[in-house]
Amino acid sequence: MSAIDTLVRRHGLTTCLLLPPLVFLAAFFVVPLIEVVRGSFFAPDLTFDHYARMASEPLYLRVVSITLKIALLTVLLCVLLGYAAAYLIATASPRARQLLMLCVIVPFFLSTLIRNYIWMAILQRSGLLNHALRDLGLITEPLALMYNQTGVVVVMVNMLLPFTIFPILSSLLAISPDLYHASSSLGAGPIRTFCRVTLPMSLPGVVAGALLVFIVSLGFFITPALVGGQKEMMISNLIDFHIRQVLNWPFAFALANVLLCGTLVLYFLYARSVEGRLPRTAFP
Amino acid sequence: MSAETAGATLEVAALTKTFGRHTVVNDVSFRLDGSRLLTLLGPSGSGKTTTMRRIAGFEEPSAGRVLVGGEDITRRPAHKRDIGVVFQQYALFPHLTVRRNVAYPLEMRRLPRREIERRVGEALALVRLEDFAERLPRQLSGGQQQRVALARAVVFKPRVLLMDEPLGALDKRLRETMQVEIRQLQQTLGITTLSVTHDQVEALVMSDLVAVMDGGMLQQIGTPRELYQRPANRFVADFLGASNILAGEIAADAAGRPSFRSTRGLVSPFDAGSRSVPDAGATALVVIRPEHVAIDPRPAAAAEGPGHPCVVSGVVYAGDVLWFRLRAEGGDEILAKTLAGADATECREGDRVVARWRREDCLLLPA
Ligand SMILES: Nc1ncnc2c1ncn2[C@@H]1O[C@H](COP(=O)(O)OP(=O)(O)O)[C@@H](O)[C@H]1O
Ligand SMILES: [Mg+2]
Repeated sequence: MSAIDTLVRRHGLTTCLLLPPLVFLAAFFVVPLIEVVRGSFFAPDLTFDHYARMASEPLYLRVVSITLKIALLTVLLCVLLGYAAAYLIATASPRARQLLMLCVIVPFFLSTLIRNYIWMAILQRSGLLNHALRDLGLITEPLALMYNQTGVVVVMVNMLLPFTIFPILSSLLAISPDLYHASSSLGAGPIRTFCRVTLPMSLPGVVAGALLVFIVSLGFFITPALVGGQKEMMISNLIDFHIRQVLNWPFAFALANVLLCGTLVLYFLYARSVEGRLPRTAFP
Repeated sequence: MSAETAGATLEVAALTKTFGRHTVVNDVSFRLDGSRLLTLLGPSGSGKTTTMRRIAGFEEPSAGRVLVGGEDITRRPAHKRDIGVVFQQYALFPHLTVRRNVAYPLEMRRLPRREIERRVGEALALVRLEDFAERLPRQLSGGQQQRVALARAVVFKPRVLLMDEPLGALDKRLRETMQVEIRQLQQTLGITTLSVTHDQVEALVMSDLVAVMDGGMLQQIGTPRELYQRPANRFVADFLGASNILAGEIAADAAGRPSFRSTRGLVSPFDAGSRSVPDAGATALVVIRPEHVAIDPRPAAAAEGPGHPCVVSGVVYAGDVLWFRLRAEGGDEILAKTLAGADATECREGDRVVARWRREDCLLLPA
C-alpha cells in the first residue's frame, strides 16, 4: 500500500486533492501577503506612519478617488454593453451564437500589452480614430482621446467586457423558454416580460459580473500606465511608482493593503447581498 | 370565482405545422363548445404539444386557423389572446412568491390593487394554497406547484384554458386525485379547456371529448364512451384500453349472414356499427375488448351452442381482476379480463375452456 493510499484513507479524497493547491497558495501567496502586511506596519518597530501619510496627503486621496471613479465608470459601461451583448448572444440562433462567442473570446488570446498598444494606435492624436473623424469632416482639431480618463475607461471597458458578458449570458441561458411563454400567455408583451422576468432572473449574473469588473478595475495597471495621463494615476500605478522609482517599499505595502481591504469589504458586501435573496441557481 | 359566463368556443381549422420537411401537425380540425373539456390524447411525439403551442400563439402555424368565440386569432400575439396555459413543467416564476405568481396576469391587466388582492385570494383558496402564498415555488412540492400553475392560469378568467400534460410530473396517486380536482375546478369555472395527455385513463376520466392523435393527424374525436365503444380505426382501438384485434376477412355464415373469419380460422358474428357491411371476401379487422370475453370453464360447455373452444395459456392475477391469455383452436390469441370471483377465477394454465362474446362486442374496423 502506497503512502497516498494511506493518506486518502485517513483524510478523505477531497482533503487530499485540496492539499497540493493549498500548499502552493500558502507558499507563494499567503507568505508574501503576510510579508506585505507586516512590512507596512513594522520598520522595524510598530508604526502607523505610512497609513497616516496616505490619509493626510491630498495626492493619495485623489488617486483613490480617481481609481474609484474610473472603476465605477468601467463597471457601468461594462454592465450596459455586456448585457446588450449577452442578450444578443442568448437570443441568437445556435450557429450565430457560436460565432458571436468566438468574437468575444478571440481578443482574450491576444496579450494585454498588445491590445493596449493597438488601442494607443487608435486613440492617439494622429491615430486612426482622429484621422477617420477628420476625413469625415466631423472635427477640425484632433480630439484628446488618450492620456486622460476617457482613454483609460474606453480601453478598460474593452479589456473587461467579457467579465460581464459571460456571467450575464450564463444566467440568461439558464432561464427556461417556457417562462417567456408563460409570461406572454399571462398577458405580458415583450418589454414587460423583459422587465418582469428576464431582468430579475439575470440579476445574479449582472451582480457577479459587475463585482468582478469592479475588483479587477481597482487593481488595473497596464492601461492607466500606457493610456492614462500623469494626472490620472490609479492606485496600482502609485504602488508601482513607490516600489520602482521611490524605492519606498513599506509605503507601497500600505497602499496595497488599503486596496486589498477595500476589495475584501466589497466582496463580503456582495456575498451578503446575494445570500438568501437570490435563487442559488437560476433554476430550482 | 364562479361560472359568470359560459366559456368561449374553441375552433381549430386545418391546422398544420411543418419543421423543414417534417410535418408535425397535419390538417388538424376540431371544434370545442364553450365550457367543455377536450383532451388531446396520443403517444409521445404525435404533435400534441405543437398543436397546443399554435393555439396559445407561441409559434405561428404553417397553415390553418384558430378561432376563439368565433373570432380568428391566428395572427394575434400570445399576450393578447387571453388564453391561460398550464405548462408541463409548470413554468412558475422562480423569483416570485406564490402570491406574486398568481397576481402576475392581473398586474399585466392593470387591475386595481384591491381587486388583485381579492382575486388572488380567491384563486389560492380554490386550489387550497392560502397558507403557502408567501413561499417561493421551489419551496413547494410538485403537486402544490401544479396547483399554483393552475391558479395562475385561471385567475384572470381566460377565455380558454390549455394544459400540457398537467399531471405528467406527479406520482400515480396524486395524479388520480388531481384528475378529479381539475375536472371539478373546470366545471365550477365553466372554462373551455384543452388538455393534452398520453395517459388514456386520464383522458377518459377527465374529458367531455377526447381527440386521439397519431403521427400529427387526428384519428378520432368523440366522447370517452364513443371512443372506447366505437373506435374508428385500429390505432384508436389499440391505444385506448387493451384490445384483441384480429385480422381476417368477411365470410358468410351458415345462414348466409355476414360473419368474420380470422386468418387462423376463428369465426365470429360482428357488429359493423354505422359502417356498411363489406362484401364477402373483403379483408377486415375486428376488435374485441378483453372484458367482453366471457370464459366458461365447464368441460361440457363446448357442446352447448356457439363459443370458441380455447386452452388457457396464461393467467395474471391483478387483485380485483384476472387476465387470461387464451389460445383458440386455430391458434388465435385472445386476451380476456374477468372480475375476481367470477366462474373462471379458478382456471389454470392448460385448462380447456370456452370463450364467448356477444355479436355487438365484436366491432368491425376499417381494414
Ligand atoms: N422546434 C421543432 N423543430 C423540429 N421538430 C420539432 C420541433 N418541435 C417539435 N418537433 C417534432 O415534432 C414532433 C411532435 O412533437 P410534440 O408536439 O412535442 O409531440 P407530443 O407533445 O405529442 O409529444 C416530434 O417528433 C418533435 O421531434
Ligand atoms: Mg408534449
